[in-house]
Formats: sequence, structure tokens, C-alpha cells
Amino acid sequence: MPSLQEMAKKESAFAGGHRMCAGCPVPIFTKMLTRVTDGYEIVAGNATCCLEVASSIFPYSAWKIPWIHTAFENVGASMSGVETMYRALKKKGKITKPYKFIAIGGDGGTYDIGLQSLSGAMERGHDLVYICYDNGAYMNTGVQRSSATPMGASTTTTPAGEQSYGRQGNRKDLSRIMVAHNIGYVAQASIHDPVDLSEKLKKAIELDGPAFINLLSPCIPGWKIAPDMAVEVARLGVETKYWPLYEVIDGVYQINYTPKKEVPVTEWMFLQGRFKHLSNPKYKDVVDAFQKEVERNWNWIVKQEELSELLSGQIN
Amino acid sequence: MSKILAITGAGAMSECMRQINPDVVPAFPITPSTQVIEDFSQFVADGKVDTEMITVESEHSAMSACIGAAAAGGRVMTATSSAGMALMWEMLHIAASMRQPVVMTLINRALSAPINIHADHSDSMGARDAGWIQLYAENNQEAYDNLIMAPKIAENMDVRLPVMVCMDGFIISHCVQTMQLEDDDKVKAFIGEFESTYPVLDTENPATWGALDLQDYYMEHKRAQHMAMKNAKDVIEKVSADFADIFGRKYELFESYRLDDAERVIIAINSVCGEIKEVIDERRENGDKVGLLKIRSFRPFPYKEIAQALAGVKVVTVLDRSESMGAYGPLFVEIRTALFDAPEKPMVYNRIFGLGGRELFMSDIHDIFEENKTYLETGKVEKMFDYLKVRGG
Repeated sequence: MPSLQEMAKKESAFAGGHRMCAGCPVPIFTKMLTRVTDGYEIVAGNATCCLEVASSIFPYSAWKIPWIHTAFENVGASMSGVETMYRALKKKGKITKPYKFIAIGGDGGTYDIGLQSLSGAMERGHDLVYICYDNGAYMNTGVQRSSATPMGASTTTTPAGEQSYGRQGNRKDLSRIMVAHNIGYVAQASIHDPVDLSEKLKKAIELDGPAFINLLSPCIPGWKIAPDMAVEVARLGVETKYWPLYEVIDGVYQINYTPKKEVPVTEWMFLQGRFKHLSNPKYKDVVDAFQKEVERNWNWIVKQEELSELLSGQIN
Repeated sequence: MSKILAITGAGAMSECMRQINPDVVPAFPITPSTQVIEDFSQFVADGKVDTEMITVESEHSAMSACIGAAAAGGRVMTATSSAGMALMWEMLHIAASMRQPVVMTLINRALSAPINIHADHSDSMGARDAGWIQLYAENNQEAYDNLIMAPKIAENMDVRLPVMVCMDGFIISHCVQTMQLEDDDKVKAFIGEFESTYPVLDTENPATWGALDLQDYYMEHKRAQHMAMKNAKDVIEKVSADFADIFGRKYELFESYRLDDAERVIIAINSVCGEIKEVIDERRENGDKVGLLKIRSFRPFPYKEIAQALAGVKVVTVLDRSESMGAYGPLFVEIRTALFDAPEKPMVYNRIFGLGGRELFMSDIHDIFEENKTYLETGKVEKMFDYLKVRGG
């Protein structure tokens, strides 16, 4: 794996001049797409999302690689089409170079409206890396809740109010759903850790077959944080175990980072304006339930890793 | 070698797809279009084509994959019906607006509810504004011929628009008729090699496809799309003329059947035209001056040409096999528009028939000609709009 310094010398897939919000961490990974591995032509597809609208305002484009967007709920399918045409033309000798394909969606376009098309693309086995940048709401349309929105977050469709503490109940765990597709590679990564992220991107891209990366990506206006806080907030998301960094290779779980000390999830939550209302003591139960869910989820992944070790050599 | 064979309409379409040998076929099963894709899947399994199939999880994904594959730089085909195309609706517009020359067989079937699997045109008429070229066919042969011509029309550089080739569900798709299956090599030579424009797979010249287009450019792009559809009219005529030269069967934007001296004319689409022709022949034996104008190209719609073809006609009965609730049928609306500037306007009225596959028999068509005979004699259209063969009317 090249160092970050070496990677930074390679040409980026994504040019400056895009119109993402100041401080948005999404370009961190788009710039990496062509830098983590050599020897492949990289083609990207986008679901409708912040990245899509902010990178392609006609007649400008931030993309220095071929890039296609068709709609919100279908990047799995539209990129299935691109990848399949590649195989068709390769078979006929019209293309000789090796290609790799990336599909990108936000959590709304991936957890919710695009889940079917994602599931189909993964199940069919296309050689496609799907990257979901999870910022926990429909940020592009103005911070409406998605099934990735964490409990208690105030969004424009689950606003905190006299009778509501914000988003009710727990978020969907898409990474586990993707593991259930029995694909070769599933990982959770975070925008704050470029080394871990670039290694995961490299593995996913170099894998022959479908791969899925769920990427924690704080949203400046949606999470109500300062523009210089995205990386720090993402880091705390991992330190508090809200967002475990792990990968599942051929069904075998591997935790990539275990926080050195126990950090309560409130350290992460109360950096963000979307959880501010929960600091009211009347919501102690909600915060406790949130903490409990974080621990339950972490413990589940730890058990999966133990199980993987126990079954090592037996399941693969 | 070219041969006469007995085959269903759906089977004819899969044979044509075998001959065309598209690069990619994304598809999802829906009655009554299933046989098209089932037969084609067998051709893939038997190595008779080198197409890559994508057996997608929905029609929305089928059309999404069609767009992705076509933009990547190759020839793409699919097939669907009814609710399947309704689920594609968003992507139908995007395929046309991204100017992807996708070719789709549409086996016409009624939309739900109530759920019904039989023929009417509510699916394709519902998509008339999606920006697709729409070609219709009376029988297997016409549908097969339209499908041979479709890639040449879609891929023409002055057009670059998707084409749907329509036929009536079950009545044509599942009925065995004899038709001329052309020689494979001749079909391939007619269609030629696919020529891509700014393919997504060209990494040397990376293109951005599907950009955000705001107030400052959107309207120019829509107008360019409209111009392409206008160009399609000439291209359909040109490709049809070339087809006639090679294969011997002549097609126009619409078919004029015994129109020359006709006083009373039915205008209709698809399979019902076969029965109408039979009835016209019978009535002509008795000196009744009746005729048929059969629509082949509904999009683009040949307004001027139709008005010219109807010059001298006194009464026009427009048969719509779909409806627009609270309005006239979609074909009627176009015909009235076409005739508005005609120097001598015929009487024009609208009948809705055949929804959900309800049969229209030859005796019913005789009744239509009897009714419009009365209208001609009295000089008055008694009922502008009505349903044919419906209870409780």
C-alpha cells in the first residue's frame, strides 16, 4: 500500500472547483478513487445526491474520470449496465484494458430508495464497488430523515418538539444486510481515517466481484457542526463505537480498530446540533437507550469476529 | 436463408433479437412479454448470440441498466409490458433525454387496476410524452419488420432516441401467424455496426453523463431533443424505404388502406386493423366507400401527412384502445389537431374500444360503418365520444 504522500502525487479523479459545502468531507474519498491502486481504468456512477449535484453542474464537471448519473434509486442498476457492457465489449475484443467500476450513493439513495437496485447488483455479482457515504439523512433535499438517521436526531421530517425527541427508534444496519448478500467484501470505514479508508478502497477495487463500503461522512449543515469539525466528529463517531470500523471478507469478520478507552456516545452526540435537544435531562432515557444500542451493536460485531475465529478454516 | 415460418408475435421478436445480436439485454419478466426474453435467454444459453444478459430485479432497474449499458457504448435491447413499463416510467424519460438509442419491444397490455393481462394501449399511450419513438404493428410480420428497422432509426446520428416497437398482447404476441423470417446475414448487414457517441468506457476522453442542468441550459437541451424527434420522421421514412429496397415490404408513417376515394374512414392502431380491413373489403364489394388509416408512427406523429391523406373524407371515426379519463382518447386528440387546419374538415368523432382485451368482432366494425353512414347522411355527429361494447352505457 503506498503512503498517503505517494498517493497524493497521483492524479485525482476529482477536481477542485466543485460546489460541495465548505468543510464537507465527501471529496476526501472521491479524490482517492484513482489513487489507491494502479493498473485499472476507473469508471464511476452516482446516484442523485449532494455529490452528484455539486460535482456536475452543466457545463462544468469536477470529474476527471468517466462518470454517469441517471437517477436517485438506481445507481446499482445503471452501473450494472455499464459494467456488463464492458464485459460484452471485452469479450468481443473491442476493449482490452482492465476496468473497475465504482457506484456512489448517499444513505438515502442506498439504505432507502436504492436498496432494491443495490441488492440486485450485489446479488448478480457485477464487478462493482458500491460506496455509500452515510451522513444519516437526505441532506441534498434539506435534512429529511432516512432509515440511516440515528435515534433522537432532529431532522426536518423528524424535528424535535414539545412532543418529540426527534427520530424515533433505531437506524437500519445496512452493512449487515450487505453481509447477508454473501459477497466477497463488506466494510465500514470513516472519512477521518484515510489510511484505513484507502486500504479498504484498494481491497474492494482489486477484488474480482461485488464489494460494498459503508462510509461514515458527517454533514456540516445536517449535523449542525462547524465547517472545520467533520473529521473530528467522524473520529469521535468511531472512538465512541457508534461507527465500528470493520470488514467482512468472504463472511469472516475482522474489527479494524478497537478504541483504547471507553468514550461515552454523548461525547460524539453533543458536538452536533442535531442532538442538542437531548441534553435536556428529560431525555436521559433516550440518551441511555442510544448508548445501550451502541454497546449492543459493538458487542454483536465482537461476537461475530470471535465466531469467525472459532470457525476459521471451517467456513472458508 | 429467408424463410416463411409460423411463429407467435413474441417469438418473432426474439428471433429478430437473435439476428440483431445486441451487446447487452437487461430484462425482467412480465406477462405477456415474457416469451420474448425467455426465447432470447435460450439463444444466449445455446451460444446463438454473444449478448450479455442482465436478469435484473425490476423493470425500473431494467431500463436503468439499459441506459448505463447504452451509454457505455453498445447496442442494447429489452422487452416489457403494462405495469413493467409503468415502473420504468421515470427511466423512459431519462433514456430519451440522455439520447440513448435503446430498442424495446412493448407488448401492449392494460394497466391495473383492476389487474388485467390482456391487450389495450394504456401502457404505451401513457408513455407517449416520454420522448420515445413509438412504432405500432398490425401483425407479427410488421412487428418483426419494425424491430429490424428500430436500431437503424434509433442510432441515426440525427436522431439518437430510443424506440419502442409495440404490438397487442396475446392477440399478436401469443398467436401463431405465418411470416417471412429474413436471412440472418441480411438483417445484420442492414443494421450495421453500432456507433457510439462519447462512450462512458472511453477513459482517454472522460465524459460526464447525466449532469445537473439548470435554468440556463435545460430548455436548450429539451428543444434539441424535440428537434431529434422531428428528424426521426424523415429517418423513419428513409429507413423504411431502404428496408423496402432490400426486403420488399413497404412501410410508411401510417398505412392508407383503400383511402383514395373513401368517404368514411376508421383510424386505428395495431391488431384491430386486420379485422377492419376485412370489413372494408366486404363493404367495398357492395360499393360502400370506406377506408382505414392505420397508424404506424405515433411518435413522431405525422400531422401534415395525415391531414393530406384524409383530404376528401367526409366522416372519420377514431378508435382508441386506451383512454384519458375526463378527456378524449389520445389518438383522437392527435387526429383532431391534424385536421384543424385542413381546408375541408371532415366530421370526426371518438370511440373507445377493446380495453383490457375486450374483443371487437367484424360485426362490431360493420356497426361502426353503419353508424358513421348515418352521420354522413344526417350531416350530424350524434355522439362525439362513446364506448363500444360496454354494459351499462
